[in-house]
Amino acid sequence: MSSPARWPRRIRPLFTLYLPVTPFVFFALFPLYFMFVTSLKKNAELYDVNAAPFVIRHGVTFGHYELLSKDTLFWSWFVNSLLVSVAATVISVVLGILAAYSLARLRFLGANSFGVAIFITYLVPPSLLFLPLSTVVNRLGLSDSLWALVVTYPTFLVPFCTWLLMGYFRTVPKEIEECAMLDGCNRFQTLVRILLPVAVPGVICAALFAFTLSWNEFLYSLVFVSPAELKTMTVGVFSELIRGDIYYWGELMAGACLGSLPIVIAYVFFLDYYVSGLTAGAVK
Amino acid sequence: MQLKTANGDVAKLAARGEAPTRGLSDVLVRDTSVAYAFIAPAFFLLLFLVAYPFVLSVWFSLSDARVGETGSFVGVDNFRRLLSSGIFQQTLQNSMVFTAAALTAKTVFGMALALLLFRVARFKRVIRGAVLLPFIVPTALSTLVWWWMFEPLYSVVNWTLKALHVVNRDIPWLSDPYLAMFAVILVNTWRGLPFFAITLLAGLVAIPRELYEAAESDGAGPVGRFWYVTVPLLQPVLAVVILFSAIFTLADFNIVYVLTRGGPMNMTHLFATYSFALGLQSGQIGQGAAVSLFLFPILLGVVFFQLRLVRKAATYE
Repeated sequence: MSSPARWPRRIRPLFTLYLPVTPFVFFALFPLYFMFVTSLKKNAELYDVNAAPFVIRHGVTFGHYELLSKDTLFWSWFVNSLLVSVAATVISVVLGILAAYSLARLRFLGANSFGVAIFITYLVPPSLLFLPLSTVVNRLGLSDSLWALVVTYPTFLVPFCTWLLMGYFRTVPKEIEECAMLDGCNRFQTLVRILLPVAVPGVICAALFAFTLSWNEFLYSLVFVSPAELKTMTVGVFSELIRGDIYYWGELMAGACLGSLPIVIAYVFFLDYYVSGLTAGAVK
Repeated sequence: MQLKTANGDVAKLAARGEAPTRGLSDVLVRDTSVAYAFIAPAFFLLLFLVAYPFVLSVWFSLSDARVGETGSFVGVDNFRRLLSSGIFQQTLQNSMVFTAAALTAKTVFGMALALLLFRVARFKRVIRGAVLLPFIVPTALSTLVWWWMFEPLYSVVNWTLKALHVVNRDIPWLSDPYLAMFAVILVNTWRGLPFFAITLLAGLVAIPRELYEAAESDGAGPVGRFWYVTVPLLQPVLAVVILFSAIFTLADFNIVYVLTRGGPMNMTHLFATYSFALGLQSGQIGQGAAVSLFLFPILLGVVFFQLRLVRKAATYE
């Protein structure tokens, strides 16, 4: 038991620290909690104006999830999102590794300009280019197919991966690569056999972010792909579950929960990678 | 000029990467071809799918192109028409209000949250993880729940306010123009706050402890330490975060499109949503491209200042 004199010191952080943090945590989590609660509520309770909306009083139902699975193309959208995200991530990480390696390690004419070009495209928001890009996608004959997204997502993923990996490669000492080159490895072999095994955390970080950004992408998917069965998760839930003036809030929230789930799972397992990827661009 | 000096460290770093035993010219020739081979895929991707569309966008903005028609050159007609159109002027004003308010909120609350997180010792990972979550979840989907929370009849926000007797009738969150603007700013802040907090936190961690001890022994209180140690040393990180967020807040599409679609009465249209409405929904690609190009000068400004900051950081190392 601590003496009464030491009590204030132990309790103080409760008031000066944990109490002020609470509203921030509440603000961040409440909408997500409410999304989950809504998706499990029976319609009778959901649309009862007088019932307290925060809790489920009349039993949990999985009806909204069932309806979502049976009556909508939800799982097609899920698979589409998965295919597009995996393909775009693989392409972007590979291109990013190659470009980052030459920017971080090799000397060549135009390196500065290319570095600046990567930086500028890193800052280009998708909403600047979606109109002309839809024309390009059209001319390539890719509109209304998932390929349109596999090809266009790397436009914002490659600059991000390159920037992040370039920073990471620079933290790896060059000496080990030089040893390998003295032993007769060429640049490509050195990259694959020596640098990449050391740079695994950086590559994981780039892949996680590329996957998350692809999975969450909305504008390009909305513009380039219109058949309902080819839509990705974010667009499908938004545009196919709202019919006219009727909103199926239970199904919408169930879709939003399931659509966020893969990202949340990845996030729980790789929290530290997300934090380091987030701060890499700004602090380094 | 600015750009070259700014990225000088790239060249310096590359210059040190030669293998020691071979002749310089030999290595240079070999490295150059390897470098071009490595860069080619990324280069052509960005050339065909970023640079070319950008040029196309400039062409569209100077033409009367419509969906399915190439259109002909009309000079700066689109820009002239936009600048005299009431809806575009409203969009311009909305964009400024939205960006200024959201950035201010994110900076102030992000700073406060970062300072709190810095001192959190118990449940550190859980609290940080929870606070970062809104940034990770798909925005289009999380905005749906905000829409549901502001729904006219069943709004949980109104229910709570009525239960607490703050108001006695429903507040029309998304149908009143000013409240709708407040709502989109709130959701943007909700989503962007974690980025500010976590990045500023990383900046705080990087400040040497000795500086605080020195300030304390000179008699500086908590406010003095914050103002004379934390703020000046955090300034570069703060600048990068604000610049970075400025462009993506200004270019926001998802939140406005899902929550209000630019309404009521165009009072929440931003460049992206208005460009979408003009270019795709009414098929006036020329006008739409002109609207989205208003993002470009701001993008260039942000790039310019960011690169200057990078150069500054490089000289301090």
